[in-house]
Amino acid sequence: MGGYIVKRLVSAVPVLVGITVIVFTIMALIPGDPATAILGSYATPENVERLNRELGLDRPLVSQYFIWLGNLAQGDLGRSFALNRPVLDEVLERFSATLVLAGAAFVLCAVTGIAAGVVSAARQYGWADKAITVAVILGISVPSFFLGMMMILLFAVRLRWLPVSGMYEIYGGGDLKDLLRHLAMPALALSVVATGVIARLTRAAMLEVLRQDFIRTARAKGVGEGRVIWGHALRAAMVSVIPVLGIQAGFVLSGAVYIEMVFQWPGIGRMLVDAILKRDILLVQGGVVFVAGCYVVFNILVDVAQSLLDPRIRT
Amino acid sequence: MRLFLTLLARNRLAVFGAAVLAFVVLVVLLAPLLPLADPDVTSTGDRFLRPLGGGPLLGTDHLGRDLLSRLVWGTRLSLAVGVAAAVLAGSIGAAIGVVAGYFGGSIDNVVMRGVDMLMAFPYILLALAIVAALGPGLMNALIAVAAVNVPFFARNIRGITVGIAHKEFVDAARLAGMGHGRILISEIVPNVLPVVVVAMSTTIGWMILETAGLSFLGLGSQPPQADLGSMLGEARAALITAPHTSVVPGVMILLIVMSINLLGDGVRDALDPRLRSGALSRPMAATLVDRAGVPEPKGAGLLSIEDLRTEFRVGPRRYKAVGGVSLSLAPGECVGLIGESGSGKSVTALSVMGLVASPPGVITGGAVRLEGEDLIGAPYGRLRSLRGDRVAYIFQDPLATLHPLYRVGDQLAEAIRVHHPVSRAEAGARAVKLLADVRIPNAEARARAFPHELSGGMRQRVGIAMALANEPEIIIADEPTTALDVTVQAQILSLLDDLRRKRGLAILFITHDFGVVGQLCDRVAVMYAGRIVEEGRTQEVLSAPAHPYTKRLIACVPELGGGRRRLEAIPGLPPAVDALPAGCAFAPRCAKADAACRAGEIALAGTGRKLRCLKPEVIA
Amino acid sequence: MTLALKTDGLAKTFPVGKPLFGPPKALVHAVRPTTLAVPQGETLGIVGESGCGKSTLARMLVGLLPPTSGRIEIEGRALDRADPAAFGRLIQYVFQDPVSSLNPRKTVRQILDVPLIRLHGMGKAARAARIAEIFDWVSLRPEFLDRYPHEFSGGQAQRIGIARALAASPRILILDEPVSALDVSVQAQVLNLLSDLKAELDLTYLFISHDLAVVEAVSDRIAVLYFGAVVESGPAEKVFAAPRHPYTRLLADSAPVVGRPLGGAAEGELPDPLNPPPGCAFAGRCPRATELCRRESPVLERIEGDQFAACHNPIPA
Repeated sequence: MGGYIVKRLVSAVPVLVGITVIVFTIMALIPGDPATAILGSYATPENVERLNRELGLDRPLVSQYFIWLGNLAQGDLGRSFALNRPVLDEVLERFSATLVLAGAAFVLCAVTGIAAGVVSAARQYGWADKAITVAVILGISVPSFFLGMMMILLFAVRLRWLPVSGMYEIYGGGDLKDLLRHLAMPALALSVVATGVIARLTRAAMLEVLRQDFIRTARAKGVGEGRVIWGHALRAAMVSVIPVLGIQAGFVLSGAVYIEMVFQWPGIGRMLVDAILKRDILLVQGGVVFVAGCYVVFNILVDVAQSLLDPRIRT
Repeated sequence: MRLFLTLLARNRLAVFGAAVLAFVVLVVLLAPLLPLADPDVTSTGDRFLRPLGGGPLLGTDHLGRDLLSRLVWGTRLSLAVGVAAAVLAGSIGAAIGVVAGYFGGSIDNVVMRGVDMLMAFPYILLALAIVAALGPGLMNALIAVAAVNVPFFARNIRGITVGIAHKEFVDAARLAGMGHGRILISEIVPNVLPVVVVAMSTTIGWMILETAGLSFLGLGSQPPQADLGSMLGEARAALITAPHTSVVPGVMILLIVMSINLLGDGVRDALDPRLRSGALSRPMAATLVDRAGVPEPKGAGLLSIEDLRTEFRVGPRRYKAVGGVSLSLAPGECVGLIGESGSGKSVTALSVMGLVASPPGVITGGAVRLEGEDLIGAPYGRLRSLRGDRVAYIFQDPLATLHPLYRVGDQLAEAIRVHHPVSRAEAGARAVKLLADVRIPNAEARARAFPHELSGGMRQRVGIAMALANEPEIIIADEPTTALDVTVQAQILSLLDDLRRKRGLAILFITHDFGVVGQLCDRVAVMYAGRIVEEGRTQEVLSAPAHPYTKRLIACVPELGGGRRRLEAIPGLPPAVDALPAGCAFAPRCAKADAACRAGEIALAGTGRKLRCLKPEVIA
Repeated sequence: MTLALKTDGLAKTFPVGKPLFGPPKALVHAVRPTTLAVPQGETLGIVGESGCGKSTLARMLVGLLPPTSGRIEIEGRALDRADPAAFGRLIQYVFQDPVSSLNPRKTVRQILDVPLIRLHGMGKAARAARIAEIFDWVSLRPEFLDRYPHEFSGGQAQRIGIARALAASPRILILDEPVSALDVSVQAQVLNLLSDLKAELDLTYLFISHDLAVVEAVSDRIAVLYFGAVVESGPAEKVFAAPRHPYTRLLADSAPVVGRPLGGAAEGELPDPLNPPPGCAFAGRCPRATELCRRESPVLERIEGDQFAACHNPIPA
């Protein structure tokens, strides 16, 4: 088991390096001169040249990459010119806000998605299955940002149950209750699509598993139907559901960008969109690498969970 | 193709999706011809007109532009972009996947590492990075969305290609002199293509959502041109004051994505042969029963199967797998039920405790009595309490029949604990003892093993131990040695024989092997096309078969020690059980059959030695 | 007597757990160096249980798998691995699973056309005539030609598989468990067809099966495989009737035969291929094993007449 984790960690190293290469290459493709972007179009050529030298942009691309990678390894992602603060500080602050939002949405979609999928499969062609199937189709078809906007209209504007946007009240907020009130709508809106996808895949996996011979064996032993479904069948189905959870976590993180825009959530998605529109390249670069790195680590955890569940892949 | 369309038409949701989509596509295609206002003409005096308020049908937006016109043109753009992105991503991804999957080895390794790397990004990061590099714009958003989805297609299609590339027909094509290029084009691609098309059609909706998302963020289509996403993005500022400007494009996205998803699902289901045959149904806890009457209890015996009928209902067809089987089992007796594939022997065995997969299986008649108690009509709770406790099963393939994720000791302990209130520790100890009873060496350590860590023979011993767990009176063994090698089969058979003599077990032994029956069983019943055609003491039936089918089938089986020779064969094939002939089912293959044999029902006659034949072989 | 097929030290080793770079963790010897000689017109039966290497051997012989070492000669000429078509014209393969060996998206005629075009470069008219002839040989009706594989029963599909192999006009057919997916009553139809074809077309067969009785009924000579190596070979009528290697005897005793009590139930199974024992692979299950057996691998030697066995203590006649 320990050996498997070590092996999995080692295999993540080339992926992480690959991510830095991809990000760096894409950023290097950006047309125009970062120094001009920083200093504005009225900058003098001397100033541009000086800044280029300071940023190391006069060197060949390969050595620029290694300098950047070296700094990255020391936790130095550079400075954001637009915000005039270290990229890492900004990224950490914004990412923790995103993590709260995406984490809540992920737990929500995993739990409800799996439960709905199991119920749907166990009651195949019954009314519960039909209701869930319709809900799933609606869920995977609705743009999350549109759903979020409609929720604001209903729950915040019409019913006045929840605040319109933000993470905390500007005056007098800041406790957990305040956070949860602000979190409810965006987390729900963000989880809907992934819930649909997970429910649909869980249903398919359960139907596949329920036809297997070992389910017949369990029934032949006299195991009760509840245990057959929620024990034997769900456990086997999780082998195909867990990788989907890993992929859906990426989609939840992605969807957070839209939801942060709609609900004015101070997360990293909004930061990235602003940075792109302002051409704050170092901030984009740092943000993308940081989030991708975290996602790689998350996927290692998913794989470890998978290997705990399925002894066949440990060897 | 006709079948496909009929199946699709039967799916109401898919038809609804197709209708909505067809209407939307028609409208946007005709957009230049329709009497619509110019979508880009602003009129600041007419800002935020409400829909159906006498002005433009759907009102106006924050610049006073006609919303209906903008909606039609925006939908046109969104649809085109979505379809283009899906086709682009699908074809590039599929090409990569097919090549990697077919060639395997280091090409596959390198390509899939690259794919893994791209999939290590949450997709929006990559899309944002690409848009950042190329600059905002609808075309660039399209490229970003397509590029981000290529790895998903590549991985998916690679998996399918690997499956096909290992099929024997690909080897056969190679032996027939085809090169790699030709094999790819004529063997692999035709088999992958339907999957690619389905994958593309089901992702178009997703692509529309993603490009709309980028436009919503202001990174896609740039003003004044608008797709649905940017319409929503622009409307967001006035969400509270003029909600209709958000609702109109939002509902449109929902509508087209939903109709595409419904249609895509319909297409996928109609193409899936498994769904067509009902093979994707979930088997219920017990087989459905739909019988007109219950036959009077006849014989004694521990277990008595009386005129049992089980059929499979697939669409309008009814496959009569078991067509009136009567068989009894006395305490301590071993009865063999022998037949070729499709003869109904396994279905008979599974019907006893309601384990036939249902749907599509239905028990349509007869009774199964355990010491007089009818099991067919028994409520599920009663059936469950008897399963594994008084009647236990051993199945064919022990790798498939043991749960792959539970330790074998736990699976045994569970079998005990569902029927007896014993502690976990005690059940575990009993499990170890059971493993020792079936002669598994080092039972304590093996109890902690997972099924895949054991050999086939050991796994089948676990299967037997599980059947013995609650000391049942009856064991139903459904081809328990068919999947095993001959030397291991001999070990398992002699174990079963020992156990039944020591414990006085009654065994119903399902097999297709006369040699096995001859060595193990006291009595044997021969099945053909869902019915017993002959029954009697094993030695009598095997040495002097009375039914022409039994006689000819035994003659077909080569016996070891006969040397090189020509083998007997029975011409023709068994009849399909959804189109059984009148009279004797074997008549079309029988040399002795005449008009009487084909005329009507022939009864299974006799006591002790029973026979269903008008022209029996002469018994010497 | 000319040799149709000869192998010389033919062996296959599979690496296990190979990382992207560097040597594999372990090697599995699926087929140990094997020397076979099959005279023209003979049927050599190859029997063995799962994991004995019989399918690997077959796939090497037709060129679907490159051997790790050794060579293959057909009619006295060493086979050129660079030219797959050269293999195809001399030696063909009949697969175990008749349905999965036919491309579901091609008609029978399209399937049969391929070897005629690729291996023999025949024109359209010549192909139609040839296909009609072959279809007649395998006793299938000509209207089947334009149907798809899923419309056929197992026995019919296997006839199509045989027809495809024959379309290449090979000298040798490798039959890899050709009837084990079929029911007994149908199995004999296919076996008899194969026997007729062999006589008519002067073919040489390699018949691979796990079913001892079937192999004995169709073969001239039989080779018994255990753990990747031939442990015994000899004339079909003698191998199971008077086995010399204890493993062959165990096999023969294990086969269920009507009227014979259950027997041959010696405990024990195959050794672990990742960690094979030194000496004879069968020693752990063998009642005749001695110290020598556990130390040194026996080689295949003539025991008496035309019976060969790889055993330090062969069973006396």
